[in-house]
Amino acid sequence: MSLWRQVRYGLRGMMRGDAADNDAADEVRQYFEDTVAAWKERGLSDDDARRAARRELGNLTALREQVRSFGWENAVRAFTSDLRYAARQLRHDLGFAVVSILTLALGIGAGTAIFSAVNPILFQPLPYPHANRILAIWNTYHGTRSELAFGTYRELAQRSRSFDAMATFEPWQPAFTGTAHGERLEGQSVSAAFFRVLGVAPVLGRDFRDSEDVFNGPRVVIISDGLWRSRFHGDPAILGRPVKLDGDNFTIVGVMPSRFEDVLAPDAEIWTLAQYDGRRITSDMSGWAWGNHLRIVGRVRPGVTAGAATGELESIAGTPWPQFPRPRWAALRHGLIVDSLQHDIAQTVRPALLAVLLAVLLVLAIACVNVVNLVLARSERRRGEFAVRGALGASRLRIVRQVITENLLLAILGGALGLGLAFAGVRALVALSPPRLPRLDAIAVNAAAFGFALGITAAIGLLTGLIPAMHVSRPELQGTLQQTSRRTAGHPSVIRRALVVTEVALALVLLVGAGLLLHSMRRLLAVQPGFDPSHLLTLEVQTSGHQFDNLPASPGGGDANRRRFYREALEAVRHVPGVEEAAFTSALPLSDDPSWQILYGARFEDEDPQGGHNVIRYAVSPGYCKTMRIPIVSGRCIDERDTESAPPAALLSASFARRQFPAQDPIGKRLHVGPDDRPWYVVVGVVGDVRQTSLALSAPDAVYLSTEQTWFADETLSFVVRTHGEAASLAPVVRSAIWSVDKDQPIVRVATMDALLDVTQAQRSFVLILFEAFGLAALSLAAVGIYGVLAGDVAERTREIGVRAALGASRGSIMRLVLGDGLRLTGLGMLIGICGALCAGRAMATLLYGISYLDWIAWLGVVALLSMVAVIACWIPAWRAACVDPSIALRAE
Amino acid sequence: MNDANTDVIQGTLDMLILKTLSPGPLHGFGIARRVEQISRGVFKVNPGSLLTALQRLERAGWLDAEWRQTENARRAKFYRLTRSGRRQLEIETADWNRRASAIARLLRQEG
Repeated sequence: MSLWRQVRYGLRGMMRGDAADNDAADEVRQYFEDTVAAWKERGLSDDDARRAARRELGNLTALREQVRSFGWENAVRAFTSDLRYAARQLRHDLGFAVVSILTLALGIGAGTAIFSAVNPILFQPLPYPHANRILAIWNTYHGTRSELAFGTYRELAQRSRSFDAMATFEPWQPAFTGTAHGERLEGQSVSAAFFRVLGVAPVLGRDFRDSEDVFNGPRVVIISDGLWRSRFHGDPAILGRPVKLDGDNFTIVGVMPSRFEDVLAPDAEIWTLAQYDGRRITSDMSGWAWGNHLRIVGRVRPGVTAGAATGELESIAGTPWPQFPRPRWAALRHGLIVDSLQHDIAQTVRPALLAVLLAVLLVLAIACVNVVNLVLARSERRRGEFAVRGALGASRLRIVRQVITENLLLAILGGALGLGLAFAGVRALVALSPPRLPRLDAIAVNAAAFGFALGITAAIGLLTGLIPAMHVSRPELQGTLQQTSRRTAGHPSVIRRALVVTEVALALVLLVGAGLLLHSMRRLLAVQPGFDPSHLLTLEVQTSGHQFDNLPASPGGGDANRRRFYREALEAVRHVPGVEEAAFTSALPLSDDPSWQILYGARFEDEDPQGGHNVIRYAVSPGYCKTMRIPIVSGRCIDERDTESAPPAALLSASFARRQFPAQDPIGKRLHVGPDDRPWYVVVGVVGDVRQTSLALSAPDAVYLSTEQTWFADETLSFVVRTHGEAASLAPVVRSAIWSVDKDQPIVRVATMDALLDVTQAQRSFVLILFEAFGLAALSLAAVGIYGVLAGDVAERTREIGVRAALGASRGSIMRLVLGDGLRLTGLGMLIGICGALCAGRAMATLLYGISYLDWIAWLGVVALLSMVAVIACWIPAWRAACVDPSIALRAE
Repeated sequence: MNDANTDVIQGTLDMLILKTLSPGPLHGFGIARRVEQISRGVFKVNPGSLLTALQRLERAGWLDAEWRQTENARRAKFYRLTRSGRRQLEIETADWNRRASAIARLLRQEG
C-alpha cells in the first residue's frame, strides 16, 4: 500500500515536474505570508514583519529546494539532468568522446572475444563429472605422444589398481550402405568402459556391457542425440532397432544425452565396441590387437591422486611381467606419457592460444593506458570549469558525481559497442579457427570475461576521472582560478608522459610478435612441398562391403576385388574430360592421415634383423610421380611393369637414399617393408623428398611401392587428379565417375591440394591474423596516445611558444622542440619495449618456423614502423606549434 | 514569542503533526502555530523540517493533502489525517507514553 503510494506519488511528481515545482513554491510562499501576518498581528510594521519572517525562515529558495527535493523521483531527476549535461559535454568534446569510446570498445571487445574462445579450451573444466580425474595415456615415440596397442591396454588395465575404469578408443567411420550413395558416419570404436570413464551414461537405453566387448560379440551401437534426431526422427522406440553399417546389422542399444560432448572426437555421432580378440594375445603378436593404433583414457579412483596413478602406470611400463609378454614395438621401453585429459586435448594448440591470450592482454593494457591518458588530459583541461563550479557553490560531492556520470556514460557506450564487437569477434574466431581446435561448440561469449574487461577499463577511467575533481577544495579555488587564466610555462604531466612511454613499450612487444610471425609465415610459404600443388584435386575413397573380405575359402579374394575396384575407378577418372592425369596413393601428402596408418618398419638386406627404420609407405598406382610432379632423381618411377607377378619394386625418397647409401648407388638394393616373410623389394628409383604432414615439418623417410605388389590391399586410397582448369570445379564429375564403377563406395573427403595446404598452415595463419589485428590496434592506440599528449602540451604551452617566437625562435627550432620531445618519449618507450619483447619473443619461439626470435628483419621492420608512426603523430602538433602567431598567443588570455 | 523556546524533540515531530491534525485539517503554518500554542511556546517548529515532514507523512499515506482557499482568500495546502494516520498516531502515542513513563520512573528513583 505504502510502496504503491510511493511509486504513484513519485511518478506523479515526475510527470508534472513544473507543476510540482509551483506547488512547492506556493506552499513556501504561503508559509512566509502567514508568518509575516503573524508578526503584524503582534504589532510590527509591514517591513519589520517581513524582515522577522525572513530571519525565521532563512533563504526561501533553499527552503523551496529542500521541500522539493523530497522523494526518490528527485534523485532520478538529478541523475538524468547529470546525464543530459554529460551527454552535452561529450558532444561538445566529440573527438575525445569518439576516441575513448572506440578505445574502450576495442579493449573490451577483443579481450572478451579472445578470452571467451580460449576459456573452454584451456581453463574451463571438461563437461564431465570430476573431469580432473580423467587421464589420457599415450605411448612414447621419439619423446612425443603416439598410439598404443590393445595388448598394452590389456596389461595396464589388469595390472593397475588406481583406476575406476580405463577404456580404449579409435576412430571408426562406418559406411551407411543401401542409401543412394555410400555415406560415411563419423564415430568411434571403443571398449566397454568408455562412457564410464567420461562419466556420462546414455539418456535412452543403456551403456555398453563388459560381457559384450568380446571377440565376435553382439554388434551393438550407441548413437548421439543429433544422429537420433536427424536420421531416426527422434523415434523413442529406436532401441533394439537394427542399422546396416559396412554391410553388417548392428543393434542400437542407447542414445546419448543432447548435451553430451565427446571432446575426444567432437564429430563422433556413433559408437561401437572394438571387440578385440584377447584369447591369443600372448601367443600371436602379429595380429591387429598388437598394432599401435589405440588411445587410452582412464578415470582415477577417488582418493588416489593423478600423480600416484601416473607413477603406478610408469612402474608397470618399466617392469614387464612374464605373464604379459610384449612385442618389440610395444615394449614401452621409453615409458608412457600420462596427462590430464583437459591438458591433453589442448596440447597442440596451447602455445598458440597462450600467445593470442597474451597479445589480447597487451591490447587491453594499452586500451586502459589510453583511456587513463585521455581522461587525465581532459580533466586537466577542465580544472578551470571545476573551479568555477566550486566557486558558484557546487559541493565537491556534486562535482564528483558529475564526473562519475560522465565517465559512466563513456563506459556504458564503450561497453555496449565492445559487447557487439565481442559477439562478432567470437563468431569470426570460430570461423577462422584452425581445424581440430578442441571444444569448438563450447565457445560462446563469456559473461565473466565481458564483466572483467568492462570492469577494469571502466573502473580505471572512473578513478582517474576523480583525481582532478577531488582537487577542487575551497582553499585552493582561488589559486586554480588564477592559474587557469594565466597558464604559463607548463609542467607537462609526468604521469601522462609515463603513460605514453608505457603505451609505446606495450605496442612494441605486440608488434615484434606480429612481425616475427609474419616473417616466419613468409618463410613457410616459400617452402616447396616436393610436388606441384596447383590444379590438383584429391578424393579419399574407402572400400566398404563384404565383397572385400578375405574369406578362408578364397584367400586374397577380397584384396583382388579391392584392387580391381580401384583400378577400374582410376580408369573411369582418367576418361573424365578436363582431367590431365590421375593416380592414387595410400598416403596423401599434407592430409591429416594419422602416422600409425602410414608408418611402417623397413629393413635393408644388410641390416640387423632387430633394427630398421620407420618409413612412410606410399602404395601408389602407375603414374603417381607424374601426376604429382615429384621429380625423379635417378632410376624410374612405379609404372605398368610393376604388376602382381613382376619382381617387387620400390622407390626411396632422396634424403633417405642419400643417408642410407652415401657412397653407393641405391638402385638394385633390396629391402623389406612391413613383414619380413615376403620377397625382397628391389630399389628401382629415387624420387625427390615430399613433405607429408605439413610444410613446417621436414620430409620424413619414404618408400614407394606399387599397390599391386604390397602384402595387403589398402582399404582407403586417395585419388590425385591433375586438371586442366580449376581443380574444384571437376569434383562432381570425378565423383560420379568413381561411383559409376560402384555406387556404394563412400568418398570420404574431396579437397583441392591448395585447400589442404591452407589447412596445414591454419593454426599459424590463425595466430598471425590475430597478432596482425592486435598489432595494428596497438599501433593506432599508441599513435593516438603520443598525439594526444603532445597536442595537449602544445595547447597548454601556446603562450610559452608565443614568447619564444616573439624572442626570435625560428619555426624550425620550435618544431624541433616539440618533435624532439615526442620522439624522446617514443624512444624511451621503444627501449623498454625491446626488453619486454626479448622475453615475450623467447616464449613465442615454438610458434616460429625457420627464423629465430631474434630475427633482425622482423625487429628492424617493427622499430622502423613504430618510429614512422610516432614521427607522424608528433609532426601534427609540432607543426601546429610552429604556426603559433606570437601576437595572438600573447594577447589570447 | 519569547526566546526560551526550543526545537521540537528529535523524533517526535511526526507524532506532534499527527496529533495537531487530529481535530481537523490545517495548513503548514497553522500546524506550526498550533504546536507552539499548545506547548505554550516551549517547542518551536523549524519550517524546513515541518514542510519536509509533511511531504514524508503524505507519502507514507498518513496524511491527505488538498489545495484550498484560506480565510484571507489565498491558495493553501491543507493536510488531513487519514485512517491509517489515525492508527499511526495511536501507535506513536502509546509508544511515547511507554517511554516517557519509563524515563519518569527512572528520574523518580534517581531523586
